[in-house]
Amino acid sequence: MTGQVGHGFRMSDDNASGVARSVVEALYRDDSRRVVATLIRLLGDFDLAEEGLHEAFRAALEQWPRDGVPDNPYAWLVSTGRFKAIDSLRRRGKFDALDDPAAIMDVAGVDPATRDDEGIEDDRLRLIFTCCHPALLSDAQVALTLREVCDLTTEEIARAFLTPAATLAQRIVRAKAKIRSARIPYEVPGYREMPARLDAVLRVIYLVFNEGYAASSGASLTRQDLSGEAIRLGRLLIELLAQPEPEAEGLLALMLLQESRRDARTTAEGDLVLLEDQDRMRWNRGQIREGLALVERALRHRRVGPYTLQAAIAAVHARAPDPAATNWGEIVGLYDVLLRLDPSPVIELNRAVALAMRDGAEAGLGLVDRIMSGGKLNNYHIAYAVRADLCRRLNRHHEAAAAYRRALELVGQEPERRFLQRRLSELRRLQPEAGGPPES
Amino acid sequence: MKYLCLAYEEEQKLNGLSRSEWQALRQETLDYVEALRESGRLVTTYALQSATTASTLEVRNGEVWVTDGPFTETKEQLGGFFLIEVADHDEALQVAARWPSARIGSIEIRPVEEALRLERRYG
Repeated sequence: MTGQVGHGFRMSDDNASGVARSVVEALYRDDSRRVVATLIRLLGDFDLAEEGLHEAFRAALEQWPRDGVPDNPYAWLVSTGRFKAIDSLRRRGKFDALDDPAAIMDVAGVDPATRDDEGIEDDRLRLIFTCCHPALLSDAQVALTLREVCDLTTEEIARAFLTPAATLAQRIVRAKAKIRSARIPYEVPGYREMPARLDAVLRVIYLVFNEGYAASSGASLTRQDLSGEAIRLGRLLIELLAQPEPEAEGLLALMLLQESRRDARTTAEGDLVLLEDQDRMRWNRGQIREGLALVERALRHRRVGPYTLQAAIAAVHARAPDPAATNWGEIVGLYDVLLRLDPSPVIELNRAVALAMRDGAEAGLGLVDRIMSGGKLNNYHIAYAVRADLCRRLNRHHEAAAAYRRALELVGQEPERRFLQRRLSELRRLQPEAGGPPES
Repeated sequence: MKYLCLAYEEEQKLNGLSRSEWQALRQETLDYVEALRESGRLVTTYALQSATTASTLEVRNGEVWVTDGPFTETKEQLGGFFLIEVADHDEALQVAARWPSARIGSIEIRPVEEALRLERRYG
């Protein structure tokens, strides 16, 4: 990071000050999260760090055009931010016995300017692990990560999650307060804690991705920004982790392979297009290439985790030039392994769909009914949609219509609702009485 | 920093252990308490008598009201506590995770407030 700016800009002409200004702007855009991550470590407080960050950039905008860009802009921003934050605490006289400025100075012990760039990456990783700490509520982990790591505003996060901004802000405030008062450490977990803590981080990233990919409610099927943030986070995590973590690679692969189908999975009108009906020419080849390479790398490790397996399943689809070429046997096999690792009725249902493709709709329907008799999927609209589709393929139109109607009662997302409604209407056209009398 | 760890458990579940299972759990707990004490992290710990022996008291309008039983009638009851002195929340979690009854019940970890705040009770 040092030196890239060059000494030439120190010349005091108008051009140099314009350059200094754009250097500040570029640093703010690309590096402000690095600076804040270090300030949180030095100041021991998220809000104070944020305040210091903004003061530091304000000072840079004032001073750099006049005095030139410092040799190590990052270190300059960190020490200025830290100084300004402590100064503002002093001016406000806002300490009591619990919150002594000397204690903050102690935490700040090491001079940030003397730290090398490796420490900086550690700080960003610390920030991620702290935001995803299991002592915080899941909703709060997601909100805090998007706010602090991705730098989305509270309003942006609230809009993306269809949550009132006040609720979301409250969530973030509470989480920060808990980090402070329960003294949740600003650390990258040690070797023993790593697997569980990494799981928590991956879960947050995947939640963000899914909210962007298949929003749980609302008019729009996809909220691309959130998926993009999740992919960026996945990449950043892999880049920052000291050891290659196969599940982090598996998750990034899974997200890329799902994302590659984004353009093909809805029509221009925003209607849902099923995998088998998608125009595969519209799949994003670049994302598929990257996703496939990542899956292969993740599969080479001895331990294979659930994200890698789901990515491997997505990879089978990605490799098939057309639906008929899909290797359903391989997919069923991958689901078998996944079920052993992570038994869940939803995965059983997905396996049943693949099995229906391999062995026929009749075999699939038998299995789906057995899974649904377990009762755990009674409120899951996809289960009824799957049953409806299998009945439809078996020409059992009455049963199909009943299942579509049940799915419609449960569905929350508008494009999915329209899809189910369309299917139900098609059945009525095929066989007018199939729709049956409306159930009251 | 001090953390109070409150061990909640279903009394029936613990009473349902066989004699040898209970003795193993008891010994494991005593050993762990000893290890914590030796490492300097344990401030104090006690097990409590059954929640059936509890009384709950309130003073309202100068009147004292005492009712039989614990404050809440939930499935799990407070069965004991340990107060520890550790560096941070994660170390508190690590200590609590090895407390034997955590495998049967659950443990609530609460940071201790070193002094009552001036402006209001909770920060």
